[in-house]
Amino acid sequence: MSELTPSQTVGPYYAYGLTPEGRKKWKPDEKLYRWKETTGDNLVTADATGERIRIEGIIYDGDGKPIDDAMLEIWQADAQGRYADPRNGKPIPNSSFKGHGRSATDASGLFAFDTIKPGQVPGPGGRMQAPHIVFAIFSRGMLRQVYTRLYFPDEVANAADPVLALVPADRRPTLIATRSERGGQKVYRFDIRVQGDDETVFFEI
Amino acid sequence: MSLIYPKESLSAFPKHLSPGYKSTVKRSPSKPLILMPHTLSELTGPVYGHDAIQDGDNDLTRQHAGEPLGERIIVHGHVLDEDRRPVPDSLVELWQANACGRYVHIVDQHPAPLDPNFTGAGRTVTDKNGYYKFITIKPGAYPWGNHHNAWRPNHIHFSVFGPSFLSRLVTQMYFPGDPLFPFDPIFNSVTDEKARNRMIATFDMENTVPDWALCYRFDIVVRGREKTPEDID
Repeated sequence: MSELTPSQTVGPYYAYGLTPEGRKKWKPDEKLYRWKETTGDNLVTADATGERIRIEGIIYDGDGKPIDDAMLEIWQADAQGRYADPRNGKPIPNSSFKGHGRSATDASGLFAFDTIKPGQVPGPGGRMQAPHIVFAIFSRGMLRQVYTRLYFPDEVANAADPVLALVPADRRPTLIATRSERGGQKVYRFDIRVQGDDETVFFEI
Repeated sequence: MSLIYPKESLSAFPKHLSPGYKSTVKRSPSKPLILMPHTLSELTGPVYGHDAIQDGDNDLTRQHAGEPLGERIIVHGHVLDEDRRPVPDSLVELWQANACGRYVHIVDQHPAPLDPNFTGAGRTVTDKNGYYKFITIKPGAYPWGNHHNAWRPNHIHFSVFGPSFLSRLVTQMYFPGDPLFPFDPIFNSVTDEKARNRMIATFDMENTVPDWALCYRFDIVVRGREKTPEDID
């Protein structure tokens, strides 16, 4: 039997602790209450190389209503396909790029990240994975986080990605962002549906 | 990369759908989760070292002009992996209601006073022994809208990183002997009694500071254990 400390919901009030400078408004008094941010929704550092991108989306519940109190965390490699984890054992080219971010959803259920498009990383059996970003989603009404992955459209490597291959073909589109341009910047739209017919694929890991 | 993360260990966690906690009904996946192997993307994770925090971030009683009202307590313990080895350099964040059971959040409309000397957020990083320590005040119980006369037991929210993005844990620490335990669907979403009890801190008389503060110990066990020869790839 496992000895893990069980997970519990992040609840509706996490914002002042975990995303105090994020898009979720929480302050009952601007002057009295404040807290510093550990990590926010802008992952771009001065020394980060690669293509700057924006990721945004709305997260919906099983009734199609936006979830206005979710917290999304992302974890990704840098543009060279290297994770900023010392246990990864590789030199880090973008020494201050952490590859980790947090975004609270606002009243319309919108989350967003400014980041760098990740490179390819190795997968099972030495096969390369297509560029992707791991999402962990926390919310009131979620007793434990759910994990999903964002993949990029028009990416040749998607066809050979060992994780996408595990997903039934008709559900794969839920994992692939759509691309647009705004003011010269690439914006990837990644809506998440927690429950229902067009439910986003979540992974048991 | 010698740590492995057995999925069986997750049996200690609540199910995504736990209808007694009403918000899970529309916020839990309805389709089966897709099983996948752990790749480098899951086996690595962000590292927040001691540069991520400042002196005093772990003392919630000294963030304002005066001291907060309420019962001053020490909350300390170790972050451990499934082999019960310490997890060093792990970011631990917490947030909680004030002594009256009110959160500093505009969404919280419980008619109990805010405390101008208490925000209720803290953070620290575990030392080489996986040890962490906070000074705070004991949070109050508060009502919520889940069902008629629903009250949350006193609790402190914890967020912990651990050795990888798989070991990421958000949980709640409860206080021993709380009379609200039998009535709380969030606490009871953990159906195994032993697992549930691992969310309850122990009163730590030995580390109580005379004439100053009571003490509670809360060890947090996150996913990850050493790979052994019996583990087949």
